[in-house]
Amino acid sequence: MKNRIPLSLRVPEPKCRPGDKPDFSALKLPEAGSVPRPEISAHARELLEYPFTLIRVLDAKGRAVGPWNPKLEPETLRRGLKHMLLVRVYDDRMYRAQRQGKTSFYMKSTGEEAVAIAAAYALERDDMCFPSYRQQGLLIARGYPLIDMMNQVYSNVKDPVKGRQLPIMYSSKEYNFFTISGNLGTQFPQAVGWAMASAYKGDDRIAASWIGDGTTAEGDFHYAMTFASVYRAPVILNVVNNQWAISCFQGIAGGNEATFASKAIGYGLPGLRVDGNDFLAVYAATQWAAARARANFGATMIELYTYRAEAHSTSDDPSRYRPADEAKAWPLGDPVERLKQHLIAIGEWSEEQHQAALAEAQEQVRAANKEAEAVGVLGQGNIPSVKTMFEDVYKDMPWHLRRQRQETGV
Amino acid sequence: MPAMNMIQALNSALDVMMAKDPNVLAYGEDAGYFGGVFRVTDGLQKKYGLTRAFDSPISEGGIIATAIGMGVYGLRPVVEVQFADYIYPGYDQIVSEASKIRYRSAGEFFVPITIRTPYGGGIFGGQTHSQSPESLFTHIAGIKTVIPSNPYDAKGLLISAIEDDDPVVFFEPKRIYNGPFSGHHDQPVLPWAKHPASDVPEGHYTVPLGKAAVVRPGNDLTVLAYGTMVHVSLAAAAESGIDAEVIDLRTLVPVDIDTIVESVKKTGRCVIVHEAPRTSGYGAELCALVQENCFWHLEAPIARVTGFDTPYPHAFEWHYFPGPKRVGEAMKRTMETR
Ligand SMILES: Cc1ncc(C[n+]2csc(CCOP(=O)(O)OP(=O)(O)O)c2C)c(N)n1
Ligand SMILES: [Mg+2]
Repeated sequence: MKNRIPLSLRVPEPKCRPGDKPDFSALKLPEAGSVPRPEISAHARELLEYPFTLIRVLDAKGRAVGPWNPKLEPETLRRGLKHMLLVRVYDDRMYRAQRQGKTSFYMKSTGEEAVAIAAAYALERDDMCFPSYRQQGLLIARGYPLIDMMNQVYSNVKDPVKGRQLPIMYSSKEYNFFTISGNLGTQFPQAVGWAMASAYKGDDRIAASWIGDGTTAEGDFHYAMTFASVYRAPVILNVVNNQWAISCFQGIAGGNEATFASKAIGYGLPGLRVDGNDFLAVYAATQWAAARARANFGATMIELYTYRAEAHSTSDDPSRYRPADEAKAWPLGDPVERLKQHLIAIGEWSEEQHQAALAEAQEQVRAANKEAEAVGVLGQGNIPSVKTMFEDVYKDMPWHLRRQRQETGV
Repeated sequence: MPAMNMIQALNSALDVMMAKDPNVLAYGEDAGYFGGVFRVTDGLQKKYGLTRAFDSPISEGGIIATAIGMGVYGLRPVVEVQFADYIYPGYDQIVSEASKIRYRSAGEFFVPITIRTPYGGGIFGGQTHSQSPESLFTHIAGIKTVIPSNPYDAKGLLISAIEDDDPVVFFEPKRIYNGPFSGHHDQPVLPWAKHPASDVPEGHYTVPLGKAAVVRPGNDLTVLAYGTMVHVSLAAAAESGIDAEVIDLRTLVPVDIDTIVESVKKTGRCVIVHEAPRTSGYGAELCALVQENCFWHLEAPIARVTGFDTPYPHAFEWHYFPGPKRVGEAMKRTMETR
């Protein structure tokens, strides 16, 4: 006799929606400093617990504790803090520019500044980055001119990518920052290929890539993990788990069933899970993964556990799908505040210095923006020559494009 | 009848079909609780429950593949691909699977699914929020390709697509979600409420697949267009003073050959308009069809007005977008040939 019950379809839901009180009580946060730091040569099989814990260095009092403490010089920490401030101020200014109608679109990285800045600090300047659209901090940490970023956002005549790309889709070969794609996830396996090429050539440079929690659902994630593992590619594969993918909480990408870092296990890769709002922890994990890759031990996947503190983009209104004050309730705090607190705790920073640094960042952004706006903002017509629209489709322009260009009269 | 914009009309089609048929469900990225980034699935989860309208992982391949599986089971899923520019990770499932399952199983299995996706430019979306990839689907045997140009058709065609037993790729011209757009970007945009096609019945009705509409009768020249370009072509016709007949194809495959042939035989001249790049665009197919079916009636070469063979460039939105000026010039050139 059959003894079957009717099946039922499950669709996961977040704990809180607009109007609810934010609730992160289910988050299990291990003490800062409690996670051991393995040898970089450890086999992935020896690292099976790392995807289920959280590497943290800064404790609640702002002290740097435990084996992952990278013991950075105070001067490095101050620079890191200033870079995070600069990203935040830059984001605010560009967001405002969009609201003022000066460009079509913008995306902030607010709350996630440590993810990009600390990683940039732990990588070498000539390591190749394959970022998503939320790692503008990489460019800023590498000293890419703000004015060029703004020219890109304004699609003006000095835009380094000639007005062709949506704002924030930067590209800089000189700064080892790969041209950003609007198609999610594509860069993840490309980074693996770059790393394979570097290994093939006996080079000493490694690659790093970043995607969001939501993007792990794309096939590209699987391609990247498989190739990285099979060919032991010198690459760091970062998954920035900022809890949200536009309106979808991370459970829609499978984050409720298993941590994103734990997906590494099935591929035979180490998966580190890291407090993404802790500058020191992000630095330390990236440093570990970079050293491992450089020593030919292969790839590491890092889940950066953080929170998207603001809207997905200028086209989004998060109050429609999550509690308005959820960002404030995020138990891992704010990366800028936490590094600031640490520097003050070790007597290397003060509230006055912080205010001065903030004012300096604001002034830097203001001056650059003035210059960029003088060049032109979107919709004013001060765009690259229409002729250039037909260039770079191919190395050499074929007859049909030349004819189309002639038809437009340029 | 209530005045609906395109978004409301599409939403109403889904609502009607979900009320009528428990086998219809809707899902896609941000399409559940939030109701879609363009709000087309707004309110459906609330009304029909979590398992009828839900959020999907960011995986166009997964979305389309699971829809195929559901369709094979006997459901009629309507899935949303957030932008047509992001349909490619699901392309293999459409091209190799959805389109061929009926054929390879000799009719045993079939895939009654609808893939909705916003397409087209005019919103400063850059190269990944502006594409018109319809010809990548019209080329695939076993797929139907539908593109509405107004709220009334949008609802009636979407209902037909859902009721159809074959896979349908349903492109929604996002530039005209909220109002018809003539292509004059410097002029204020009219809301749909001022347009007769915003008169949309609340209940069930269909606009048949495979039937074009003559949206402007005329004698001197035939314009073949679809989606946003229907409105651009109407503006160009009005401004040029040419007695043009404008045909809104509505379904690209199977295309309404009779309406096309009847019109071109009458006018002897034909201009084809689309936003997609020119090379191997759907216009090439139309051009061939007109030539094959109306050659002895043609009085001038067939003209194409299209996007350029470049990616869609952000700052050059209005240089790239085929506006009424370019369409009007092509119409004049076609008229001048004797
Ligand atoms: C292939 C593809 N599908 C869909 C989109 C639309 N889209 C842009 S961002 C986004 C959410 C991404 O979320 P996540 O990966 O978590 O990154 P986050 O924005 O949170 O940094 C979506 C669905 C896209 N850009 N590309
Ligand atoms: Mg995310």
